[in-house]
Amino acid sequence: MEVRVANVRKEFERFPALHDVSLDIKSGELIALLGPSGSGKTTLLRLIAGLERPTKGRIFFGEEDASQKSIQERNVGFVFQHYALFRHMTVADNIGFGLKVRHGPSRPSAQEIRRRASELLDLVQLSGLEKRYPAQLSGGQRQRVALARAMAIEPAVLLLDEPFGALDAQVRRELRRWLRDIHDATGHTTVFVTHDQEEALELADRVVVMSQGSIEQVGTADEIYDTPNSPFVYGFIGESSALPVKVEDGQVWIADRPIGLSAPQAPRGEATLFFRPHDVDLVDECNGCIAGTVAASRRVAGTRRVELEIGGDRQRVEIELPVDHPAAQKSRVAFRPRRWKLFPAA
Amino acid sequence: MADPEIKSYAPHHESQSAAVTESRPAKAVLMIVTFAFLGIFLLLPLIVVFNEAFAKGLSAYTEALTNPDTRSAIHLTLLVAAISVPLNVVFGISAAWAIAKFEFKGKAFLTTLIDLPFSVSPVISGLVYVLLFGAQGLFGAWLKAHGIVILFAVPGIVLATIFVTFPFVARELIPLMQEQGNGDEEAALSLGANGWQAFWYVTLPNVKWGLLYGVLLCNARAMGEFGAVSVVSGHIRGLTNTMPLHVEILYNEYNAAAAFAVASLLAGLALVTLVLKTLLEMRYGAELAATRGH
Repeated sequence: MEVRVANVRKEFERFPALHDVSLDIKSGELIALLGPSGSGKTTLLRLIAGLERPTKGRIFFGEEDASQKSIQERNVGFVFQHYALFRHMTVADNIGFGLKVRHGPSRPSAQEIRRRASELLDLVQLSGLEKRYPAQLSGGQRQRVALARAMAIEPAVLLLDEPFGALDAQVRRELRRWLRDIHDATGHTTVFVTHDQEEALELADRVVVMSQGSIEQVGTADEIYDTPNSPFVYGFIGESSALPVKVEDGQVWIADRPIGLSAPQAPRGEATLFFRPHDVDLVDECNGCIAGTVAASRRVAGTRRVELEIGGDRQRVEIELPVDHPAAQKSRVAFRPRRWKLFPAA
Repeated sequence: MADPEIKSYAPHHESQSAAVTESRPAKAVLMIVTFAFLGIFLLLPLIVVFNEAFAKGLSAYTEALTNPDTRSAIHLTLLVAAISVPLNVVFGISAAWAIAKFEFKGKAFLTTLIDLPFSVSPVISGLVYVLLFGAQGLFGAWLKAHGIVILFAVPGIVLATIFVTFPFVARELIPLMQEQGNGDEEAALSLGANGWQAFWYVTLPNVKWGLLYGVLLCNARAMGEFGAVSVVSGHIRGLTNTMPLHVEILYNEYNAAAAFAVASLLAGLALVTLVLKTLLEMRYGAELAATRGH
């Protein structure tokens, strides 16, 4: 099922949580809403589910306007952050709940519900745990039961709120791969919320980066990482270094020296230069480069991080060097970013 | 009250360090004082009640209880409890639901208001109804014109009892529901349940032990209430006397054996309540602990 969010605004007691957000989700897509806390990602998910109503704007399921439909009518599978399993029901009863509360002919027989529950338990690799209670399961197992319960109603869209948020690192990584497999096997249109960029970039077909109630960028992992379209995305995704610079005559300047980067398209004036610490060339002769005094040097796993102070006002940037690079021993290092981007100063 | 907090601290007592453990004599003194106090002020009166009740033998006891006036008092007490407890269950669940699950203006005020019967003397609770429904009261003339009798009749006793007992269920459920939040209900709705199904299959089972506990306390108070009921009842023998009022009348007539016989029934009710409450607490405490671990 395609989902289209059109110019949605949401206010909580006059405080805006989302400003004019639009998003097209393709059928069968696995999409991540990524952002820091307070960015509005969970609000957007709850709006799609129907747990909240938009203040303005519409939400379409396929061609149909679902904005005023209740959560029951939208037929979505929602996996809550803390699973919200019914603690007085067994695993099988939890999974069968959505079928049991149906009315009339669409309600399967008790036997059929049991069969479907154990089928879904097979899918989430928990066969044999039908009779357990949620309190008798580990965090990862509860997560799987919650997903099986959401899928039991054959939802049009599957929505997951921080699905791995409450789990430890090892289980997270396992479940990540497992969720991808389940998605590929069932083909549900799936939206999940996360604040973990590694999770979003690894798992999702497309990532929606959000900040302060707006969508900053939508794209594949490559697009988001290689061509961030705003200072926020550059800073939020992966490692980045930023330097205040000036653009004049199509050249980038720091103080009164050009640094060997030409930017013919950039407007004149103050700007901020962004680059990745690992994406730099060291240069020996500095005619047109960024040069700085080494302020600190740290060994991080397979590389060495060097913190440099640049220019008279001692702006700090980080670059990454190979561990055995001779430059790490020097007191001054000169480099030029290989890939970089300019954003006009705000 | 349930005091789940105190329960959860219980394991700490076992792991107390030696530095804060009192000396043996101090422990003994504290325990003797406590037991002596409970013995003199609680256990002794209870023994006296049963002792006096059977002072003139078993036949006098059964005779006192089969007396028509006594039987009508027992009947009335059961009737009042049978009306006021269910009403307060409905009220308590609605109030707890509203306070725990919604945000609205005046919520703090409503919460305080629910505690009012605990802070007002029961006599005043009774007097309020006299002022409202009495012959000289606010609605007195209108009620008389329409031939509706509230005061000195069953309706008045039921009203006074409801007033005195309405905090019990609500107070038990509010903290429980607040702690549980909306997550389970939202999950039920997202799975296609309507509001009623979400309440019946999810909310109610989540609070059932707390609810039962509240009902038990509410019932004990409804059957035992004296002050408020005394003001509105009019003490008409065989008609508007509840068990506590009947005990007083018998006692004032120097019919001690009969008075204590009826009193022993009330005391028996208290004991049954206590046992059930303890059993529930054991069960309910485990349930709460499981909820926490979840």
